[in-house]
Amino acid sequence: MKVEQLVEPDRVHKHVYTDQAIFDAEMEKIWERTWVYCGHESQVKASGDYYAVTIGRQPMIMVRQGDSSVQVLYNRCPHRGVQLVGNLHGNTGTSFVCSYHAWSFHLNGTVRAIPLAKGYEGTRMTRDNPDCGMKRAARVDSYRGFVFASLVDEGPSLTEFLGEARIAFDDMCDRSPVGEVEVVPVCHRVMQHSNWKFFMENQLDALHPSVTHQSTGISAGRVEKRIKAERGSAPLYYHYLSTFASSFEQWDAVQTINFPYGHGILKAYMGLRPQDPDTLEHEALLVKAYGAERAEEYLSRSIHHVLVYPYLSVQSPLQQLRCLRPIAPNKTQSEIWHFRLKGAPEATYRRSLWYYNLVNSPATMINADDLENWAKGQWGLQSNGGDWVSFHRWYGDDREENGVTYSNHGTSEVVMRNQFRAWTQYMLA
Amino acid sequence: MNKIPSSAPQAIPNAGPDFERLLGQEVVIEATQGSALTGAQSIEPDHSPRASQAGSSAQVRQLPRAGILSRTSAEADVQREVEQFLYLQAELLDSKHWQAWIDLFDAQGVYWMPVMPEQIEWEGSPSIFAEDKLMMEIRKGRVSHPNAWSQAPMWETNHLVSHVALESVSDTEICVRSRFHMMELRRDSVRHFGGRYQHTLIRGNDGALRIRLQRVDMFNGQASFDYVLQIWV
Repeated sequence: MKVEQLVEPDRVHKHVYTDQAIFDAEMEKIWERTWVYCGHESQVKASGDYYAVTIGRQPMIMVRQGDSSVQVLYNRCPHRGVQLVGNLHGNTGTSFVCSYHAWSFHLNGTVRAIPLAKGYEGTRMTRDNPDCGMKRAARVDSYRGFVFASLVDEGPSLTEFLGEARIAFDDMCDRSPVGEVEVVPVCHRVMQHSNWKFFMENQLDALHPSVTHQSTGISAGRVEKRIKAERGSAPLYYHYLSTFASSFEQWDAVQTINFPYGHGILKAYMGLRPQDPDTLEHEALLVKAYGAERAEEYLSRSIHHVLVYPYLSVQSPLQQLRCLRPIAPNKTQSEIWHFRLKGAPEATYRRSLWYYNLVNSPATMINADDLENWAKGQWGLQSNGGDWVSFHRWYGDDREENGVTYSNHGTSEVVMRNQFRAWTQYMLA
Repeated sequence: MNKIPSSAPQAIPNAGPDFERLLGQEVVIEATQGSALTGAQSIEPDHSPRASQAGSSAQVRQLPRAGILSRTSAEADVQREVEQFLYLQAELLDSKHWQAWIDLFDAQGVYWMPVMPEQIEWEGSPSIFAEDKLMMEIRKGRVSHPNAWSQAPMWETNHLVSHVALESVSDTEICVRSRFHMMELRRDSVRHFGGRYQHTLIRGNDGALRIRLQRVDMFNGQASFDYVLQIWV
C-alpha cells in the first residue's frame, strides 16, 4: 500500500505500526533526515568525552572537541568499518584509535595516523583523501545546551524545526536562576515492545491516565488522604501519583496545542507552586535573577509534556525527558534522563527526583501499565481483526490558526491526527 | 552449476621447486623486547591518554572481607537466625504475601535499589526503587487492585539467597550482606536479576529482627530493562 492510502484524516491503517518496509522507510525519510536529539552538552564536559547515540539506524558518537565545541561522528573506522568506540560513554583522550589496525583519528574525525602509511602510496586511500577520516553528521546544532544532529545537508534549521516546541527547553532552563541545566549522569533504559508511535501518541493522550493508571492513582490517593488527615498536608510526590486517577472531565478540560512537524503540548498545571519555604526560596531566586514579571511568566506556564516529534517527550517543569530510539517495527528503546537546575535549591531538585524515581524509573508504578498497553496494542494491530486505527474523538472540533491546531478538549485525538499529518509530509517528501 | 566430482579428485598442480623455497624460514616474528614499541605504539606512542575502560575497573570497589566467623554456639545461632530471616524475606516475595513482607520492616524501614554501587544515600539519589513504608503501601495497593492491568499475565518469581556474611553484630543492630538470584516469569518469558543484598537489621524490644534498610544492588541495574519491575526484588 502507498503512504497516501495508509493515512486518512480520521484514521490510519495498521501497517504504519507493523510493516517492516514502512519502518525502513521511516528510518530513511524521517529519522535519518530530520534533526534528532543526541544529548545534553553536560554529558560530554571535558575534551574527549563521548557518548554513543543512535540516529535512525546509524551508530553515532557525540564527542567534545579540544575547542569545546561538540561534534557528532559516525562510529565507524573508514578502513574496514569497525566501530571505534565499543561502549556507551567514556573519554577517548585526544584521539579515537581503532582496535583492529590502529588507524587513529582526531576528535573532529580527521585522520591522525595510518599504520604502515607507505603501503597506501599510489592508492586512492591516502591521508589527503577525506574518506580517510571518520564521516561526520551533516549538521550539528544545539539549543540551550541540548544537542541535535541531522544526517543530511538540506532541510530546515534546528530552530525552524523546533518552532514553538522549543518552549520545552526554555521552560526547563528558565526555571534555573542562571538559565542553565545540567544532566544527572544516570540514564535509565527501558525497552518497549511496541512501535515508537504508541509512545508518542500516548504522551498527549489525556483520556488514558484515569483508565490505565487507576490502580496506582487510587492506591496513592488513599495514602495521600490519610497523610493529609494526620499531618494537614502531604508531600507533593503523593500528588504525582494520585493525580493519575482524576476524572475524565478534569482531563478533558486540559488543552492540547499541536504544532507543525508533529510537535505538541499537553497543558496542565501540576500544582508545583505550594507555598512551602523551599518553593518560595526558589521563586525568590528567580525574581532576583529575572525580575518579578518574567519570573512570574516562567513559573506560571501550564505545561505537562512537550513533544518534539518523533522521538522526545519533555516534562519541562520537572526537568526530565524521555527519548526514543526505534529498533524494529515492534521494538523501541527509550532513554530516560533528568536534569538539575543550575543555581536552584537542592529541594527543587529533590522534588523533581521523586517524579523520576516513581514514574520514570525501571520500577515505575505508572509506565508498567503503559508498556503493557503498548505491547498488547502492537499484538492487536498485527492481527487480522481489523485494518484501521481510529482517531475520531472530537474529530471536526479542531481549530487551526497559523498552522497551529487547537482543540477545546484535552482528550481530543487531534494529537494523533496532527502527528500523522507531519508523518505523511515526511514520508511523501 | 558446478557439479561436485564424484570420481577421483583432480591432482593439485605442482608448484615446483620455487614454491618450496617460498616456504623457507626467513622472518621470525617475536614479541617486542624490553622498551621497544609495539606496532600500535609506533604510530600512537602515548596511545592517547584516556580513561580506563568502563568494563575493566572504572569504579574502585571495596575489597570484600569474609563474614564474621561464629566461634561460639551463640554466635552460630545469630548466623542461622539471620539466614532464616533473609530466606523468609525472599519467600514472602515469591509467595506474594505483600503485607507480611512489608511487616518485616521497622517503622523507619526503607527499601532501596540504587542505580550504581557508589551511591550511599537513599534520599536525593536517582534510584530504581526508593521506598519507605508508605510508598510500599501504595505499591502493594497498586498490584492488588483488580484493574492493575499489567498484573493480568501469568507472573511468578523465584529467589535464591546465598553467601550470607555477617559484617557487624551488636545486641540491637546487625549488618549483613548476601547475594541473590531472582528468576522472573512473565507471560512465557523468563528474565534474570542478580546482585547483592545489604541489610541493616534492628532487634526490637520483643527480640525479633526487623529491617531498617534493605539495599539491593543489582548487577544488571544499569542494563536496558526489557519491561520494568513491578514488585520489590
